[in-house]
Amino acid sequence: MATGQKTGAVQGRNQGPDQGFVYLPLILGWLVPGAGHFLLKKWGRGALLAAAIVGMFAIGLAMQGQIHTAAKDILDLLSMAGDLGTGLLYVVGRVMGWGTTLPQETTADWGSRFIVVAGLLNVIAAVDAHNLRTGRKAS
Amino acid sequence: MHLSHFAAVVLFALFASVVFGITMRDTPQKMVRYGAYCFVLFVGSAIVLSWLMYFIAR
Repeated sequence: MATGQKTGAVQGRNQGPDQGFVYLPLILGWLVPGAGHFLLKKWGRGALLAAAIVGMFAIGLAMQGQIHTAAKDILDLLSMAGDLGTGLLYVVGRVMGWGTTLPQETTADWGSRFIVVAGLLNVIAAVDAHNLRTGRKAS
Repeated sequence: MHLSHFAAVVLFALFASVVFGITMRDTPQKMVRYGAYCFVLFVGSAIVLSWLMYFIAR
């Protein structure tokens, strides 16, 4: 197994200029959850990742979670960085005014955390797509 | 949407485990096993910590 992974990694690094723009899955995966894996024809994984990340974002909003629009302190800044990980979902949310209602439920803070973690998970998924593209991850 | 704290924990664990399983392992079988492992750890640790806090609060 270890030998197989090592071989895959070496093959990935040796693909050279034929690889094209290797950061495309990373960027697409960040902008649209699962798109990095779709680009690599990993349809099942892409669909599951998209469902998990978009679902988490949507449930966060439904729980009256907040989308952070400005950083007043370091915690806000970190939360906003997490929110930005959702890519276009963050932009659409800002444009549509989602995540701005005043919380009236005790679980609303959970909703905000759901949105932040959806962004962080999306970054992990995008990096995974990049690793698959470069061959650092075997399959 | 009104969710209980436990339902929120379960949903959080489910979504995070799906992403962890897919991104941290190479083969579908290992992905499922690692995803299930993460899910159990997420929910299990939440239950254990909840009981600990319950006894500390008393």
